[in-house]
Amino acid sequence: MSVPIPYYLALSALLFTMGVVGVLVRRNALVIFMSIELMLNSVNLTFVAFARQFGTVEGQVMVFFVMVIAAVEVVVGLSIIIAIFRTRDTMDIDDVDLLRG
Amino acid sequence: MSALIEIIIFSAAAAGALAGGVGVVASAQPVRSALSLLLVLGSLAVMYLLLAAPFVATLQVIIYAGAIVVLFLFVIMLLHARSGEERPSKLRGQRVAAFVLSAAFYAAILAVLRTVRSAPVSTIGSEFGSAQFVGGALFTTYVLPFELASMVLIVGIIAAVVIGRPFVR
Repeated sequence: MSVPIPYYLALSALLFTMGVVGVLVRRNALVIFMSIELMLNSVNLTFVAFARQFGTVEGQVMVFFVMVIAAVEVVVGLSIIIAIFRTRDTMDIDDVDLLRG
Repeated sequence: MSALIEIIIFSAAAAGALAGGVGVVASAQPVRSALSLLLVLGSLAVMYLLLAAPFVATLQVIIYAGAIVVLFLFVIMLLHARSGEERPSKLRGQRVAAFVLSAAFYAAILAVLRTVRSAPVSTIGSEFGSAQFVGGALFTTYVLPFELASMVLIVGIIAAVVIGRPFVR
């Protein structure tokens, strides 16, 4: 381990921040979705880095579950995006504001 | 593996991940965002190998790069989305506020990382992170969450089928 664990954590934090910026700034639903994937992946990197640091398997098991949930989330989310696109012909989240007060 | 090679590989993977992250957020076309996401996922798979997690790296390539990115690309092609040209936001100052708050968030995480004294890196055996190693824990200690995950997958499949049905009024 010639690269210290905090380097991995700093990189993971930077990736997570990029995902946050993407969710906050972009308004294309697909790009927002990809930014969420970016955040999930950065957290996975943190899990694996800590698993390496403490020499335990739990971090890697957790990454497995995160991947399963991410796959389900992508399937359901993309089908919702397609359904919205079918009925409202848009992917801009500013156009989908029926719940607005 | 010699130390220098490891540092070089880490630097290259980190540069790839960061470039891909910028690409995901800043690309005008969704296709480029998806391919940038692929770059991030590949770079992270390399990092997992460096962190002695070959099983997770394999899963990363198969599930994320193989399934999720392909799904994104399918949807982009299906909707032939030229939705890159975004109209100006309805909220004034949203972009600036987003960047400022995100920078503050990152600074807060870095401050925590600098203050916390990290524990020493434990020594691991050669089997650490292999499919056998992770699978052993998955099928003994964590077998109940594993089964629950399979149920979540089935629910997700059913949900996709139900949502994707033709719209009937």
